[in-house]
Amino acid sequence: MSTAPRLTALDALHRSLGATMTDFAGWDMPLRYASERDEHNAVRTKAGLFDLSHMGEITVTGPEAVALLNFALVGNIGTVSVGRARYTMICAEDGGILDDLIVYRLGETEYMVVANAGNAQIVLDALTARAEGFDAEVRDDRDAYALLAVQGPESPAILAAVTDADLDGLKYYAGLPGTVAGVPALIARTGYTGEDGFELFVAPGHAEQLWKALTEAGASRGLIPCGLSCRDTLRLEAGMPLYGHELTTALTPFDAGLGRVVKFEKEGDFVGRKALEAAAERAETAPPRKLVGLVAEGRRVPRAGFSVVANGEVIGEVTSGAPSPTLGRPIAMAYVDAAHATPGTEGVGVDIRGSHEPYEVVALPFYKRQK
Amino acid sequence: MSNPQQLRYSKEHEWLSAVEDGVATIGITEHAANALGDVVYVQLPEVGDTVTAGETCGELESTKSVSDLYSPVTGEVTAANADVVDDPSLVNSAPFEGGWLFKVRVTDEPADLLSADEYTAFSGN
Repeated sequence: MSTAPRLTALDALHRSLGATMTDFAGWDMPLRYASERDEHNAVRTKAGLFDLSHMGEITVTGPEAVALLNFALVGNIGTVSVGRARYTMICAEDGGILDDLIVYRLGETEYMVVANAGNAQIVLDALTARAEGFDAEVRDDRDAYALLAVQGPESPAILAAVTDADLDGLKYYAGLPGTVAGVPALIARTGYTGEDGFELFVAPGHAEQLWKALTEAGASRGLIPCGLSCRDTLRLEAGMPLYGHELTTALTPFDAGLGRVVKFEKEGDFVGRKALEAAAERAETAPPRKLVGLVAEGRRVPRAGFSVVANGEVIGEVTSGAPSPTLGRPIAMAYVDAAHATPGTEGVGVDIRGSHEPYEVVALPFYKRQK
Repeated sequence: MSNPQQLRYSKEHEWLSAVEDGVATIGITEHAANALGDVVYVQLPEVGDTVTAGETCGELESTKSVSDLYSPVTGEVTAANADVVDDPSLVNSAPFEGGWLFKVRVTDEPADLLSADEYTAFSGN
């Protein structure tokens, strides 16, 4: 692509903080501010502040908004109450995953779909095409929002210092409109770190004011700015899939071990139903490769695309890998043949530049927070 | 950041100490360490290995990537820093001191090693 990367509303602020920037899905985003390990640990033990404005917001409104979403997505959006959110996926007719999404129900007939930056246009196009015949409007709201996230055990206290909203009443996967640091925001208790935390959707013009207020409110509680590098290791430890790694158009939700997001029992047809019914049966009777966790016995780090091996044979492929700050050892997610997918399976390794490094097969996630 | 004046530098972002009794100490620069991010794994040449200027002799792995380690000079390895193998974060915290990587009995060195000022201009900081 020859086009210049897009800049978030906080771009100048990131540069003033000395961030190392990286191109991510066409956006110039903070990779890290100082040490990514310190940023990771801050989110696990205190709090971190992220700019996630690259995420793609799409608003769906109208009397048949819910019918459209039930037809276009694999989940049952009809069971999402106002003020709640749902993790779901959008699939192609052949069952392949186009993206994983969070759908927030903002009102009786208003929903916000949040897509990955790299897929936002694809999701927008698919929703628009699938909306034909429905009394519903699909609106591109990517430029309408900046998205900030406060993640980590201290995040409720930090956010409470700058809002009167009822955070105690805000459950995991819920979202409510409110005022934060004097600016209107959609406050959602969601995240991608494995910790308690909040995502704040605000007008881009308000992003800097909100960032500064959160920085100030969080200073005494150990909050630091965090980049995408630690977001990746945080979600990996939490066993959360990343589109383009664990999820692709070549895989159905069942192949990815996420068949539970597909709701066959919902009313009416939906895009991909037939193919997904076949995929569900295949997963039962002749399971393809399974997504597992791998923990290194040594210190060399597996990366996406590296082969998983056993007895000299390739039995799978790494989809994500990184040194885990919490475990102190390299970890990976990988698709491996079912015969080697049981936790504790012996003799599994990863081919790291020609040498077979021993790895332990474990159940996901690698890390679960204490509640 | 500042690059110590008494060291010489390669365009692969290694530094080389003054040669004493035929032996020079080698590490990577602060610029390189910052570009890598947190270093989590270091593979060094072993004592007795012969290393060749401009050729790979090990690797440095960070959270996001793996990079080859190049030797800025030719010679025989006389020491490898066990501390940095145990605690690779030394490369980030003290790249010019405790984060040194290996020592070489120098038999040949390329003509294009840079002074501190030249390296600063080359690397941009």
